[in-house]
This record gives sequence, C-alpha cells and structure tokens, in this order.
Amino acid sequence: MDVSARELDLISALSGGLDLCASPYARLGTVVGMSETEIIASLAALRERGIIRRLGVIVRHHELGYRANAMVVWDIPDDQVGVVGRRLGQCDEVTLCYRRPRRLPDWPYNLFTMVHGKDRAAVEAAIAGMAVREGVDHFPRQSLFSLKRFKQCGARYQHRQAAE
Amino acid sequence: MDMIDRRLLDEYQHDLPLDPRPFAAIGRQLGIAEDEVIARLDRLRQGGTVSRVGAVVRPNVAGASTLAAMAVPPEWLERVAALVTDYPEVNHNYQREHRLNLWFVVACVDRAGIDMVLADISRRTGLKVLDLPMLEDFHIDLGFGLQWT
Repeated sequence: MDVSARELDLISALSGGLDLCASPYARLGTVVGMSETEIIASLAALRERGIIRRLGVIVRHHELGYRANAMVVWDIPDDQVGVVGRRLGQCDEVTLCYRRPRRLPDWPYNLFTMVHGKDRAAVEAAIAGMAVREGVDHFPRQSLFSLKRFKQCGARYQHRQAAE
Repeated sequence: MDMIDRRLLDEYQHDLPLDPRPFAAIGRQLGIAEDEVIARLDRLRQGGTVSRVGAVVRPNVAGASTLAAMAVPPEWLERVAALVTDYPEVNHNYQREHRLNLWFVVACVDRAGIDMVLADISRRTGLKVLDLPMLEDFHIDLGFGLQWT
C-alpha cells in the first residue's frame, strides 16, 4: 500500500481529531510541518485513494441511544466467504465486516459483522431479517452481544520498544 | 439536542468540507455562524455524542492491528479487563456474551509490537489470548444512518 511517510505523519497527527477552531487544517499543518494548502490537498488525495474512508463527525453509537451491539460471527466455507462477505458488507444493518482466521478448536468462525441497535430485540430482529434476506441463514452463526464497554477510543498506532 | 445538532451529526459524517474554513462552510449550509458550528460540535464532543471530528482510516494503513479474545473466569473479569485497558495499544475493550468473554483491539506500528503486547497479557494473566487479525475488509463505510424517532 503506497502511503508516504508524510502522509503517515498526517494520519497520525489526525488520529485524535481536528482541533475545533476556525482553521483546523492550518492548525494541523503546524503540527506536521505542512501548509494549509498541502494539508487540504493531501486529505483530498487520501480520500480519493480510499486510505481515508471518511472525514467528518465521528459519532458514538452508545451515547446516541444505540445501546445494544452484537458482533455476529459466521462460519462460512472458505470458497464462499468472499461472496458472502461482500454481500453482508453492503447491508445497512452492518457497520463492520471482516474476514478473520479460524482458531480451531477454540474458534470456528471466519466472518465478523457488527450490528448496532437501540436495544437487544431490535438487534436480534435486524440480524434475523438480514440472514434470511441475504440467503445466509443456513450458515452457523453466533451473536455476541456486548455486556460492558471497558474502553473505546480511536486507534492510535503505538510504538512499542523491544526494550520494554 | 435540536434539529441543527441532528443535522450536524447526520450530514457531516462523511464529507467535512475541504475548505480552509470548514465550519464556516457548514454554517452557511445550516444557516448559522461559524462560531456556533464550532461551539455546537465542541458541546457534542464534551457530552460524548461525538468522539471526534476527524478521519476513519482504512485498517492497518498506519500500522498493524488485531482483534484479541480471552476466556476469563468470571470472578477475574474486572481485574483482567482493567489490566488490558491499561495498555495504550488497546483501543477497544468489551465484555461479550460468550465463553470467550473479553474482546479487545490492539494497534501498534508493526506486527512485532502486537505480538509483544499479546504475549505480555498472556504471561501476566496466565490465560490464552486468541489473535484474530483482519484478513479481508468487506465493509463499505457510509457512516452511520441515525434514526431519530
């Protein structure tokens, strides 16, 4: 993936969000040593290439009343997981859709989707409806509802020194 | 939360104007002043509704990350969760309803850093840590459609 060192600096400086001030791109530029014009051009290019998927207001589901979420995991045959993943990844109900490795015997599931809703019943109904509508109801699945949130913040890619 | 707040949350998840004065541009669209846009976003952020005004970046562009899972005996859960949360490399940490009851995301600049964190957690807790890195991303991120009813 072609991301330059300067772009990585920019992404890293942006990880805590823009300053809420009149000229946030200029402010960001002072952090990474770029002009406002360069920042705006870089952000536009990163979006164009899909490195930045969206730039804007990042909301917290829970605080907006979406208090239930389930990580729905599926055991899909390897030769079908691409097709099924692309289908579920486009569903309105789904906010994340990743293929991950199985870890047998502990963990047989290879497709992970996240579904949010106002309460548990709404999430269960959304999952059941989606499974039937998308023709995936016959695959083994489990819904892992979240019971407690211990920590949630944006990813900050930390340096970990080998000496620690 | 009034209509203006709702529009701020709904309509600007994706396309923050790439204008030197983005909040002035939003204000023109919503019919309010630039400083009111900033004040409202600041209030929504302080209240926790908005986590930040920023970017959602494709996973693993700026580093490596993984989803980890542990089966923690219930009576240890709070202590193990606190131990995990303390790592700055951990950015999400949830209790979920399953035998594997603790799920967290670890992000580092490289894969070696993740291995170190997972090994450290396993060593300190004496528990197995499942490592489930993303292999393929299927999601088309359109932001989150809010239903206000």
